[in-house]
Amino acid sequence: MGAAELRNYEREVYQFQLRIGIAGVAVVIAFLMLAARFVYLQVVQHDIYRAKAEDNRISIVPVPPNRGLIVDRNGLVLARNYSGYTLEIFPRRTRSVEGTIDELAELIEITPRDRRLFRKLVAETRNAESLPIRTRLSDEEVAKFAANRYRFEGVEIKGRLFRQYPYGEVASHALGYMGRIDQADQARLEEDGIDANYRGTDYIGKAGVEASYQHELHGTTGFEHVEIDAAGRGIRTLSRTPSQPGNNVALTLDMTLQRVAENAFGERRGALVAIEPESGGVLAFVSKPGFDPNLFVDGIDPQNWAELNNSIDKPLNNRAIAGMYPPGSTFKPFMALAALELGKRTPRSTIHDPGYFDFGGRRFRDSRPGGNGVVDLYKSIVMSSDTYYYQVANDLGIDAIAGFMKHFGFGERTGIDLQGEASGVLPSPEWKMKRFKRPEQQKWYAGETISIGIGQGYNAYTPIQLAQAMATLADGGAMYRPHLIAYVDDPRTGERRPVEPELVHRVPVRRDHLEFVKRALAGVNKEGTAARSFANAPYTSGGKTGTAQLIGIKQNEKYEESKVAERLRDHSLFIAFAPLENPKIALSVVVENGGFGARAAAPIARTVLDYYLLGKLPQGMQQPTPEDETDEEGD
Amino acid sequence: MELARLPLRRLASRLTEGIDSTLLVLIVSLSMLGLAALFSASYENPARVVNQFVSLGVALVAMWIVAQVPPQTLMRFALPAYVIGLVLLLAVALAGDVVNGARRWLHIGVTRFQPSEMMKLAVPMMLAWYFHRRESGLRLSDFAVGALILIVPVAFIVRQPDLGTAALVAAAGFYVLFFAGLSWKVLGAVVGLLAASVFPLWGMLHDYQRKRILTLLDPTQDPLGAGYHIIQSTIAVGSGGISGKGWLNGTQAHLEFIPERHTDFILAVYSEEFGLIGNGVLLVLYALLVARGLMIAANAATVFARLLAVAIALMFFTYAFVNMGMVSGILPVVGVPLPFLSYGGTALLTLFIGAGILMSVQRHRKLVQT
Repeated sequence: MGAAELRNYEREVYQFQLRIGIAGVAVVIAFLMLAARFVYLQVVQHDIYRAKAEDNRISIVPVPPNRGLIVDRNGLVLARNYSGYTLEIFPRRTRSVEGTIDELAELIEITPRDRRLFRKLVAETRNAESLPIRTRLSDEEVAKFAANRYRFEGVEIKGRLFRQYPYGEVASHALGYMGRIDQADQARLEEDGIDANYRGTDYIGKAGVEASYQHELHGTTGFEHVEIDAAGRGIRTLSRTPSQPGNNVALTLDMTLQRVAENAFGERRGALVAIEPESGGVLAFVSKPGFDPNLFVDGIDPQNWAELNNSIDKPLNNRAIAGMYPPGSTFKPFMALAALELGKRTPRSTIHDPGYFDFGGRRFRDSRPGGNGVVDLYKSIVMSSDTYYYQVANDLGIDAIAGFMKHFGFGERTGIDLQGEASGVLPSPEWKMKRFKRPEQQKWYAGETISIGIGQGYNAYTPIQLAQAMATLADGGAMYRPHLIAYVDDPRTGERRPVEPELVHRVPVRRDHLEFVKRALAGVNKEGTAARSFANAPYTSGGKTGTAQLIGIKQNEKYEESKVAERLRDHSLFIAFAPLENPKIALSVVVENGGFGARAAAPIARTVLDYYLLGKLPQGMQQPTPEDETDEEGD
Repeated sequence: MELARLPLRRLASRLTEGIDSTLLVLIVSLSMLGLAALFSASYENPARVVNQFVSLGVALVAMWIVAQVPPQTLMRFALPAYVIGLVLLLAVALAGDVVNGARRWLHIGVTRFQPSEMMKLAVPMMLAWYFHRRESGLRLSDFAVGALILIVPVAFIVRQPDLGTAALVAAAGFYVLFFAGLSWKVLGAVVGLLAASVFPLWGMLHDYQRKRILTLLDPTQDPLGAGYHIIQSTIAVGSGGISGKGWLNGTQAHLEFIPERHTDFILAVYSEEFGLIGNGVLLVLYALLVARGLMIAANAATVFARLLAVAIALMFFTYAFVNMGMVSGILPVVGVPLPFLSYGGTALLTLFIGAGILMSVQRHRKLVQT
């Protein structure tokens, strides 16, 4: 080691030790600060805190608020609360949870299902104060337990409010359901910084309006100062900050219309969305099959849950906003409008329709063998000519189609006030590029454009998108955001906050083009593919049938419905609006595997329009009454 | 007789070899106080005390093993430990379990693991190793590299989000930079910059973190939510008075007013029952522990050893200070356990391994004063 280096090294060590000295001083100062703080708390303020600790025999108990009601547009109650007694175990105050349950079982019926549910709750909840072992106790059971209460430490009867849906399955996908606050919910509440307002609350909206308007419905948690004994049991309430009930939420739905629509489906699967074109308010919102939201209110049992989840019919899928269907021929009016706007067709130009269109060595067949002869634009919609739109699609090209359809909301979420909406697929070369991985799949082929023209190919839209597009067309190009809520009521102040219609944008189309297409849609219901369904209708209406193919049909093969398995049969679609002048309602109907659009979907639309415009109830249906209220099925 | 006694004595001397008795006595005293407080806090769940006792045993063994390893050998683990830690942090960010809204845990087979915990030691080790290699002629650029080594894992941990652990890792790394000879000018500039960036940083915090800081200023604002911890723990501390309410007699703890009373808030239970006197004892024990650590660092033989030792000694200080400050209501609630007292095996293991490293440094200290 050279002398210079040595000196350097020495200086370094000196530096280091100097800094250690500084650190030592800092440590001492910091600890002195703590010591000062302890002296302040434990000597200077000791009396205050001793008094507070004494007072702390006073516990702060949260008082959960009453959840707001959900009513339909006419004030009919769709979701309400009823109070029931539950038997609750405080796990931290019992010696042995299992032992306590066994003892309780001698007094009150506790089924293996109750035990399973309880164990599930224990596993899923963290830091719970108490958990229910039995819900909905009878008065007799309450009395029995009260008499024996001294035997059970850490077990109490609690009065709780439970959600109830008087109409059962009706409108279940709009209303949604409630469920226990799980860890994911808890994390979200903490993230939003509102977990304190959920102390004492066990249930939260999981789907539908119950979920999307959770914060409106919930209310504000109050708290009570309760004097407690050494075991932590409440002796008396000293003061009380009452909870404030949640807001009541009124839907735009008309419950009678909703029931008419759901009845019209019968046992068939599918979806229907009816919209008021001038506001975007949703009048009917059907997704079949539905489910009974009452099953969820005190924790759904594993058997019902498995049934709902594993059913091939997927009753928990909200088809109206998350089901994606090829629109089939219901796409044609929008294609016609595109052709007019972009100057590729005029109302007068005609084509000859031989029943097929040849492109690139492939033959695209018309659903009508032999074709429709000479076809103009009006007839192309009324008779639903495939050949006509094969050619339109080819003339427009995929970019122009995608660019135009965007205006009507195809392939984009409508932004309805529900969670879990799908965006659908508006096919374009860019979309294909993103969707697929391998280069040969990413390329857009001109042949693929042809079937886009008749609503097949990669086209896939949700029923709410179809209804919104129909409403936009019917309302002269003004597109409103669909919404399920008409207004929110504050039950304390009586203040009413209406939901204002939200204009998304105006589609830039010429008035005469729009009127032409609407006339053609009226022709469909008068003399075209839906004429039979709308025979003798005392009001004017426009509509378009659609049939969405689920399996590819080989070029020279005829499609024989009877041979195709039920689940592979075509979806039946229909979009409509009425009356023709100044439309009051626009809707889309999808009947899964219903076959031709004119056969399954159009009659449902007729039934719905008849009720909405004429007040005419279908045979055998009465004004709705809530299901028997005492009917409390569960197990 | 002689023959029989000899192997025993040899075993005993082998077992105590390399163990610094001062450190050991301090650590064991702290741990015993912890067990006493834990016993009081978990009257409804005595299994916790047994668990903690077992963890202590495991941690002691780990400490003993580490104490046998010379610092030169430890140095070889610095880079791999750091790299593995970073990879695991990345894995957590991509595929970690979310618990209470934070992504901190990684599933390994049947057990879960918090990679941020190992970074508490891996980061200072890595930095000490880096500055050791750069020993001759440190330049500003070396400190820039050092800062980078520090910032990357801290950023990951902030993102989880786990502000408490991030602050601890950042502090440990900062100590190494400072004792490697970071110039006062640069330090001043950085501190100034940090002060200036308080506002943008505020925007990056999660809502619940902001709320914690705001309720620190006025806990009564939110008596059911975030303020509850602070209100109740200050009451516990204050009501303890000079001599405390006596062991097992704390009402705050026993009436379940103190949340997390086994872990981060165990000091509230301790102070309520042992009072100002108990707190004084605790502060003296910690001060002696830190002092012993700093002494070991001052006599360390190599750059690596002294930087690592000083970082560990001040880490003990930081944990103790932040936790005690938080429970007594002068620092925000950030989720830092009280060293050697809080319930939790992982944290104990880290602390004891740290102590083991200190012992190893002490054993291989320079023997000749230069």
